[in-house]
Amino acid sequence: MNRKMMKVLAGATALALAAGPALAAPTRGISDGVVKIGVLTDMSGVYSAIGGKGTLVAVEMAVADFGGKVLGKPIQVISADHQNKADIASTKAREWFDTGKVDMVTGLLNSACALAVQKIGAEKRRITMNTGAGSTDLTNKDCTPYGIHYVYDNYALANVAGSEIVRHGGKNWFFITADYAFGHSLEQNTSRFVKKLGGKVVGSVRHPLTTADFSSYLMQAQGSGAKIIGLANAGGDFTNAVKQAKEFGITQKGQQVAGMLVFDSDVKSLGLNTAQGMLYASGFYWDRDKASRDWSKRFKAKYGAMPTMDQAGAYSATMNYLKAVKAAGTDDPDAVMAKLRSMNISDFFAVHGKIRADGRMVHDMYLMEVKKPSESRGEWDIAKIIRTVPGDQAFMPLSESSCSQVRK
Amino acid sequence: MEITLQAVLAQVMLGLNNGVFYALLSLGLAVIFGLLNIVNFAHGALYMLGAFVALLGYSYLGPLIGMPDFQMNYWAALVVVPLVVGGLGILLERTLLRRLYKVDHLYGLLLTFGVALIIQGFFTNYFNVSGTPYDAKPEILNGVVNLGFMVFPKYRLWAIVVSLAVCFGTWFVIERTKLGAYLRAGTENPDLVRAFGINVPLMVTLTYGYGVALAAFAGVVAAPIYSVSPVMGAEMIIVVFAVVVIGGMGSIMGAIVSGLLLGMVEGLTKVVYPPASGTVIFLIMVLVLLVKPAGLFGREN
Repeated sequence: MNRKMMKVLAGATALALAAGPALAAPTRGISDGVVKIGVLTDMSGVYSAIGGKGTLVAVEMAVADFGGKVLGKPIQVISADHQNKADIASTKAREWFDTGKVDMVTGLLNSACALAVQKIGAEKRRITMNTGAGSTDLTNKDCTPYGIHYVYDNYALANVAGSEIVRHGGKNWFFITADYAFGHSLEQNTSRFVKKLGGKVVGSVRHPLTTADFSSYLMQAQGSGAKIIGLANAGGDFTNAVKQAKEFGITQKGQQVAGMLVFDSDVKSLGLNTAQGMLYASGFYWDRDKASRDWSKRFKAKYGAMPTMDQAGAYSATMNYLKAVKAAGTDDPDAVMAKLRSMNISDFFAVHGKIRADGRMVHDMYLMEVKKPSESRGEWDIAKIIRTVPGDQAFMPLSESSCSQVRK
Repeated sequence: MEITLQAVLAQVMLGLNNGVFYALLSLGLAVIFGLLNIVNFAHGALYMLGAFVALLGYSYLGPLIGMPDFQMNYWAALVVVPLVVGGLGILLERTLLRRLYKVDHLYGLLLTFGVALIIQGFFTNYFNVSGTPYDAKPEILNGVVNLGFMVFPKYRLWAIVVSLAVCFGTWFVIERTKLGAYLRAGTENPDLVRAFGINVPLMVTLTYGYGVALAAFAGVVAAPIYSVSPVMGAEMIIVVFAVVVIGGMGSIMGAIVSGLLLGMVEGLTKVVYPPASGTVIFLIMVLVLLVKPAGLFGREN
């Protein structure tokens, strides 16, 4: 390398060093003249009843309720179907961030898609507010400075519902697990609580996402002799498995089927006759108090069904994001994240909500029990809250988090 | 994990349940290949179409024709759906497939593959990929039968019985009756058969229609067990092709027997080593092709 070239390089480096901080400094105001929110979720598949169009409806409601403008600039909502494929989710997210002017992405059902998009969000400095996925990796080894896990996670589900089932005498477990990031994480988290409380996991079997016929998995579960057949799956897979367990007479013979992640839409689709008595954990129930009832009824008038925790969470996430943008006076992601972390989140959705350093939004969780048909007074009167678990007891303590954002 | 006889029998029974669908579909493929020399890649899509026509007739037809209470019940669907879808098959044969008999197999395969993608794309556009339940299961087939080693839903037992009856009925007609003899002769030497005053092109058209009707019939029988989904055929077709290859391309009995056997092998694999159950059929296909390239029941040409 000759001396002249060295000089040029040195000069360029110095220039880059000088320009660096200036480029990274938060830009005031709204970038691109618009605040754009992307709803990226399962719109047509096995999880579409949990999120799907309902999540989009919720986000649009939040934008309308906020007034449609923030800091004088319009708020836009766009949506896409990731079809439960991480590659489609990634491509869409890149397109939105690179050329679509999208500032925040929410929804993100399906942990495989969620993990992929959260990572891209961090690369591109955009906020991801995950309301759908369950994997605890989102706030542990794959946590990012811009990723928020808003509604629930597999640790809290296992902690609130799984351990309750063990305490009721369900000591022997067999898992039927969805074979991807989410299912693995849910099985792992639940097993940990089962073992901690003196229970035993006698076996497990994995099925591909979107399985129509669970009969052979159920036969294996039956053969294992386990008291509890833990379903570490969700949505259509969960409801199919429960229906078929009944069809094959498994539940009549004394084995109990337990859903590790149950959404209100699943209970509705199973019907109270099949689902009665089932214990599950939830981050939200529409019939909790006046605020949740009022909002949910408004949602139902627009969407046709009561909200799941994913859908209600998407409204709350969007609303609080917009509040943070307003308070920060900019949509710069660092400034907005700082505001979001400093806010107390308390609305119809979350009680005592707080966003931690690892991105976990900690709020009260609920232990739910599906009502008997005789207890139900109305189409959507499907469950009751039997215990409220404060956020700091429900979620993984920050001290256990393996997130690199957490200073220890 | 300890392997009990009960677990083995239960999985074999479930395997047989899957096996009858393999058998019905591979039978249709074998009939079509044997008589038309067409590798019908649209078979999976036509099976899916059968399930969808049954679903549409049950849930959507009434409001569409101005009679909101009208529902095509399960028994009617078993008869009507194969006729409707078989009719579509005849249309497909008359307008498109007919032009390809003289050219390489590959063209027929490409055409039917394209047709499959179009049908599947159409339904994916309007229906849930994860499946819509078909609730038309008749009351009499609800409930369970205790087989001693397991509790088995009545409907699945019915599915096995009725599918076996259709399979062996088809085999009987083709291999043991005069009509079947014409069909077989028509494939060997169409000119000679025509000389006897038999309308060979009509026979070929009807044969394709029948093969398609079999797929649609399988779709109706499968609908109450699995959810009706636009991709249910695509998931099935690859396995079914493997079944046909193992049985021997064009062999009627080969298709039926290998369909049933492979279903049960799949079931057994789930007892011994579940993760292999998705690949075991293809492993067997490789072995069969190495040892007996014409398939278990096929004749070497």
